[in-house]
Amino acid sequence: MATAEHKHPNYMAIFWYLAILTVIEIAVIYMPLAKFTIGVLLCALALSKAVLVAMYFMHLRFERRTLGMVAITPLVIATLLVFVLLPDGFAVMKRTVGVKATATEPAKR
Amino acid sequence: MSQAASMHGAVEPAESPLTPESWGKLGMWIFLAGDAVGFGTLLAGYGAMRATSADWPSPFEVLGINLTALMTFLLICSSVTMVKALEWLGKGDKTRAIRFLFFTALGGAIFVSLQAYEWTHLIHRGLHINGNPWGASLFGTSFFLVTGFHGLHVTGGVIYLLSIMRVVARRPSPAASYNAVEITGLYWHFVDLVWIMVFTFMYLL
Repeated sequence: MATAEHKHPNYMAIFWYLAILTVIEIAVIYMPLAKFTIGVLLCALALSKAVLVAMYFMHLRFERRTLGMVAITPLVIATLLVFVLLPDGFAVMKRTVGVKATATEPAKR
Repeated sequence: MSQAASMHGAVEPAESPLTPESWGKLGMWIFLAGDAVGFGTLLAGYGAMRATSADWPSPFEVLGINLTALMTFLLICSSVTMVKALEWLGKGDKTRAIRFLFFTALGGAIFVSLQAYEWTHLIHRGLHINGNPWGASLFGTSFFLVTGFHGLHVTGGVIYLLSIMRVVARRPSPAASYNAVEITGLYWHFVDLVWIMVFTFMYLL
């Protein structure tokens, strides 16, 4: 039979890791840290949770490595997209802030 | 040749290159990669809009995270019941596999119900798709769009799980439905994975 069964990892251990990481995530937002540090920590925690789910629950660890390339592509695209969108966003912000400034000017007179 | 294929008398033209067990699994992975680009686009757009907005409200103060933390926990639990269903099926125990598939579907159904409750609550407090009392109107737009898109995925997943329960129950040998359940699991864990991202980026950050 070709359906080679995967070696089942210890799912309960993964569950506890995920639960603990979630608790840490919630704890992090109440910590007296700089906003940037909190952001970096949250991104790292979310990514490690995602990696745990993909590797063990979705069995990616036991698949061929090329399948991992299929899985990782969207993450790369989404990350790049943020940087593609930011210039547009800043341009819009500049313009709306400018519009607001000129709109309030005549009111002062 | 896989057992499922020989049962249906279908001819598999060649072995799937990345997933030797079945083509279906490769198909699901490629679908999920595409779907992930969809979610990635929404979250990237959210990030860019938020970064360039002057009056974006602080999400965890407006939305509250107690209920959502519970929902996150629930979805992680349902992922565990999903892998347990597959594990039991691999051991040849159809009854337990079906029971755990049912638990998984139940977890998803409760998740969607809690989301409906959360939405109702937030709408009553003034969070609308075109404006809110706290700041940038796009906050509400993106919140309902992203969580709604995810909620639809969970709803679809519950229907998917219930259908696959029927498949497992009908096929005489547990091994014949192993592959189908594994593919269902991929979808379900993906929905969980996306929620991990949504919870972090839209509620906590």
